[in-house]
Amino acid sequence: MLPSPIEVMQAFVSEFPLLLENSVITLQEAFIGLFLGVSVGFAVAVLMDTFGLLYKAFYPLLIITQTIPSVAIAPLLVLWFGYEMTPKIVLIVISTFFPVTVGLLDGFRSADKDAIGLLRSMGANRIKVFRYIKFPSALPQLFSGLRIAAAYSVVGAVISEWLGGFGGLGVYMTRVKKAFAFDKMFAVIFLISAISLALMALVGFAEKKCMPYRNLNKKGEKL
Amino acid sequence: MNKLEVKNVSKSFDGKPVLKDISVELNQGELVCLLGVSGGGKTTLFNIISGLLTPDSGQVLLDGKDITNQPGNISYMLQKDLLLPYRTIEDNAALPLLLKGIKKKEARKQVSPMFSQFGLEGTQRKYPSQLSGGMRQRAALLRTYMFSKDVALLDEPFSALDTITKSSMHKWYLKVMGEIKLSTLFITHDIDEAILISDRIYLLSGTPGKITGEIIIKEPKPRCEDFNLTAEFLEYKRRILSLL
Repeated sequence: MLPSPIEVMQAFVSEFPLLLENSVITLQEAFIGLFLGVSVGFAVAVLMDTFGLLYKAFYPLLIITQTIPSVAIAPLLVLWFGYEMTPKIVLIVISTFFPVTVGLLDGFRSADKDAIGLLRSMGANRIKVFRYIKFPSALPQLFSGLRIAAAYSVVGAVISEWLGGFGGLGVYMTRVKKAFAFDKMFAVIFLISAISLALMALVGFAEKKCMPYRNLNKKGEKL
Repeated sequence: MNKLEVKNVSKSFDGKPVLKDISVELNQGELVCLLGVSGGGKTTLFNIISGLLTPDSGQVLLDGKDITNQPGNISYMLQKDLLLPYRTIEDNAALPLLLKGIKKKEARKQVSPMFSQFGLEGTQRKYPSQLSGGMRQRAALLRTYMFSKDVALLDEPFSALDTITKSSMHKWYLKVMGEIKLSTLFITHDIDEAILISDRIYLLSGTPGKITGEIIIKEPKPRCEDFNLTAEFLEYKRRILSLL
């Protein structure tokens, strides 16, 4: 029942072409879903920050969307949108927009009120205040949210494939599970973790590139 | 001629009067201090002058033109330097130009000759976190200057600095101010600072804040190192204390 690490490695090698083929499908869903989820998250955060009424009206609803277990809505999404890519992407959007929205909202609120006043005294309008103060102030929180969203996107894709689909690592998992091929099961679990880690590393890399001013000492060297 | 004139400004918050009938004048090239206790409405007055707050009554005139409740004419500088941590010093200083819609490249070109004047050589590409407190205040001042080249509103700009840095910043500021022909309205609660650097001092006190006195410091500038040890200095200080 519990395969040895060597068996898992062997399964990984022998199944590699199949794993690769299925990873492509899963990654495609994860990327499209993540991109849309982040875009939706960004738009929702900007709207809620701009209009206080929207914030008050929809913030509780936003939290409720996160209390619904994704395994419960995934089958419904399959019924509504079919077995193709759409239900997977919808599920990923639902689970990834939230950390981005919450991070950004927090970030926008953390912007220095005095700095905003200063810019306004220089004649800046709302758009300029957003561009020069609010958005850059929110970058650290945005990246924290992105890191969570990146991990969620892969897991979300796998879960929705598991609950109905034609291809992807989730479908592969259901197949090896039914065949009691535990070595292959572990191989795919490791692969999914590795993909999630790689995506998070990618976000970390982008974070460093976007915020070169962090962790500088007086001489300008990186700490 | 009057560079900046505040005429009979009153302001109250939630029915509680904060400023009552304030009139202040700033002439070309002058450094005028507004001296008063903390929480006495000085900052409210600055927000009115810079157009961020609307006074209940009264007017603000810049070069004779009414600028009451119009932000975008005069900028100010606070004790907090408010340099944006994610922008280099160069881009921080160029911010007012960028806000006016000038392209980044052109804005940097306009700022760069001012760096040596403000004693900021070599800091163009650095981030604010890499500079000392005094240098950051200079950078903030350069940004204020890039916005409005003839009038500066300074709200306790040096009060977060240590005494020694503060005194060298005073000397430096008076020198630069003369070179770039700046008129300055300066808020402080530090009596010594006010006597050392001002041409005139307005005393703001009471609740609601009123102008309770105006003192002209006759001592010519630049004032010698130990002006604050002279009998005249102490006489000014005594008069101020009696009026506050």
